[in-house]
Amino acid sequence: MSDGASSVGQVSEQRESLVHVRGLRKSYGDFEAVRGIDLDVWRGEAFGFLGPNGAGKSSTMRMIGAVSPISGGTLKILGLDPAADGPSIRARLGVCPQDDTLDTELTVRENLTIYGRYFGLSRAECRERADELLEFVALTEKAKVKVDELSGGMKRRLTIARSLVSKPDLLLLDEPTTGLDPQARHLLWDKLFRLKQAGVTLIITTHYMDEAEQLCDRLVVMDGGLIAAEGSPADLIRDYSTREVTELRFGPDVMLADHDALAGKVEDLAQRIEVLPDRLLLYTDDGERAVAAVHERGLEPAAVLVRRSTLEDVFLRLTGRTLVD
Amino acid sequence: MALAVENGRRMFDYWLTVYKRTWKGTMISSFLLPMLYLAAMGIGLGSFVDSNGTGALGGVSYLQFIAPGLLASTAMQIAVGEATYPVMSGLKWQKFYHSMIATPLRPADVVYGQLAFIAFRVFTSCAVFLVIIALFGGLKSPLGVLGLPVALLVGMAVAGPIAAYATILDNDSGFAMVFRFGVVPAFLFSGAFFPVSQLPDWIEWLAYVSPLWHAVDLSRNLSLGTVNPLLALGNLLYLLAWFLVGTRLAVRGFTKKLIG
Repeated sequence: MSDGASSVGQVSEQRESLVHVRGLRKSYGDFEAVRGIDLDVWRGEAFGFLGPNGAGKSSTMRMIGAVSPISGGTLKILGLDPAADGPSIRARLGVCPQDDTLDTELTVRENLTIYGRYFGLSRAECRERADELLEFVALTEKAKVKVDELSGGMKRRLTIARSLVSKPDLLLLDEPTTGLDPQARHLLWDKLFRLKQAGVTLIITTHYMDEAEQLCDRLVVMDGGLIAAEGSPADLIRDYSTREVTELRFGPDVMLADHDALAGKVEDLAQRIEVLPDRLLLYTDDGERAVAAVHERGLEPAAVLVRRSTLEDVFLRLTGRTLVD
Repeated sequence: MALAVENGRRMFDYWLTVYKRTWKGTMISSFLLPMLYLAAMGIGLGSFVDSNGTGALGGVSYLQFIAPGLLASTAMQIAVGEATYPVMSGLKWQKFYHSMIATPLRPADVVYGQLAFIAFRVFTSCAVFLVIIALFGGLKSPLGVLGLPVALLVGMAVAGPIAAYATILDNDSGFAMVFRFGVVPAFLFSGAFFPVSQLPDWIEWLAYVSPLWHAVDLSRNLSLGTVNPLLALGNLLYLLAWFLVGTRLAVRGFTKKLIG
């Protein structure tokens, strides 16, 4: 994170920083939710915030959305200062909040047309835009239905459609697929991918590592109000995990203490070993070789799984396995 | 300022869209109660009062005595109703205010739009009620129609402070207090049904503090042709002060709640 030299405005780099953050802080009373973070989001990329609950993702998103005043540091959104130009910034943002804030009394289409009015679009523009967006999120048939009657997935799609009413340069999505079934998630990912191809810059927070791997060009892992790591999903896996992970299960009657003893016997076979209540994880670049070596040493695990490292391994390594409430 | 007007207008559009769906329901709540009062008090009790001579009321029928006050009271009740539950819904239940401030709208714009819609509700409801009053012969002079702007003003005078109060509540149980200890006593002791000079001194002074008394007094004096310019100016300024201070408080409350 010491790339202070590559700050905004350097035309030679030919990338434009839509969100420029240096030393950003946010406190609520005595509590410091964000404790000094640096990052840039470049035009056209999909940028992710990962982190456990309370990591400071949503606070950061609210500041980037120009609705929450910063407590310290520098924040420029689309080159503007949110303290001075909040309304002009928000005119060019689309925001898809974590909770659906749709108006349940109104129809699907009215939710879009009224939102367009907040951006100062004429009523005719609002109607035209609403019809395009309903088509885009496959809700045309539901146009006249009250929002109350939609499924969770349809509501999320409508919320995303609503955030696109003003044709934003930058789209902020706070946990866009939380609570959705797999079909609905894949449909949403498809829509978000198409937006990205159309040149919309995306900023996404998520708890789902597969979502981050699917959607994000670059991401940061936040923990305790700070950035713990930054990079592309592949970079992060390379830097913070191994190529593969070998999982060894020794059956239900092997206790944690035995796992510790077993770990001692194989720890030289992997770059890193993690002892869990039900299994051992061997982080290694060649999982099959580790399995062979385990067998050579006379150990007979009940089940063996060799898999590629995922972002989830990185995430758990960086933020720990302890539950955050 | 021009931005606030433009943005407030955009937010007002939200309520018009909602109102297109709900106006039928509000017709009943806006008119039934005042109509009942008009019938029961103005015509029922009124015929009894009037049978003993109209001298005590300065020579006007009881209906004409109470009608301007009922108009002002109706304005207050509609304004309080619109500044309580809908505001809490925007902040907490449906959270539509939160989605509004993610757009170019600012918390102050949201307040102005909300107040504009309350003004619209008060004005349209009171205009219809005024026509009904006139049909019943409740206006003594044509100047009584000036009760309509007075009704609008008292509605605005209470809407701001009540909306500000709504922003500091955790749930809607606090509204019961507003109705029990605010709206109902203000209504009963507003001077709409009898001159407050009939009351013990300390209650009489409480009545003078209430914005509703000022609206009732002004509205009635206009209809009965008993305006004292100085007192009328006092009434107007007092209501205006409530409106301005209340709106300021509401802007502060919304700002704190929405972007705190």
